[in-house]
Amino acid sequence: MIPPAAFFVLAVVLFVLGIVAFFVKKDLLTQFMAVEIMLNAGNLALLALAKAPGRADAQALVLFVITVAAAEAVIGLAIIVLVFRQRKSIRTDDLKDLKG
Amino acid sequence: MALVIFIVLSVLCVAAVVAMIVSRNQAHNALFLVLAFACLGGVFGLLDAPFVAAAQVLVYAGAIMVLFLFAIMMFNLRQPFPPEKKRARVILAAVLALVLLAELVLAGGRALGGGSTAGIPADGAIADLGRLLFTDYLYAFEITSLLIVAALVGALALAGKKESE
Repeated sequence: MIPPAAFFVLAVVLFVLGIVAFFVKKDLLTQFMAVEIMLNAGNLALLALAKAPGRADAQALVLFVITVAAAEAVIGLAIIVLVFRQRKSIRTDDLKDLKG
Repeated sequence: MALVIFIVLSVLCVAAVVAMIVSRNQAHNALFLVLAFACLGGVFGLLDAPFVAAAQVLVYAGAIMVLFLFAIMMFNLRQPFPPEKKRARVILAAVLALVLLAELVLAGGRALGGGSTAGIPADGAIADLGRLLFTDYLYAFEITSLLIVAALVGALALAGKKESE
């Protein structure tokens, strides 16, 4: 029997790694992937914490989160494609218009 | 046995994410992420959530990451990114991450202390889930389909334009 805390620790580690990836990486696409990792870590934490009460609600919620994440990925990638078309680059170093 | 599977899956998953952080090739990053999400699907299965596990593998490891790969194909980046020059950023990110990790583990440990491990009865879990989706969460379920149509139309409107614009 695996304790729920083990799943929670895995979720925390994944979330932190997602944050590290978001800050270390410098292209929009990989940063977007890091956001997906964080979303998945959130899903895992939700499922791990909902295991003890023994209800299926958390699974329904996670399904909705996955669906919304799919929609979000579609829109985000479309925006990144637009940025690339206008700037010919998706490096965050090249997108400094708001820097004073 | 389940513990062994859990350890293998979680080590693979974390290793894939670390490899994604280290690697500079975007296509490799996407493939590492496919591995990580597939392993997470296995972990979901260990949590007595077989349908969510299947959805994770199909939607995340399948559909979303293939979408990422198609986007990478469209960008047509010739050379991988040069190595980072500023190490300060990386060090700062690592320190912040360690602080956050400690904080989350402390908070989670306190929240999980003395939790029972009753678990969902494995049989009928999917039937329960389906019943929930089409009774209590029926409106949310239907609105989700609207959301997907909106995302589809939005993506077409954003990225489907001609280059001449």
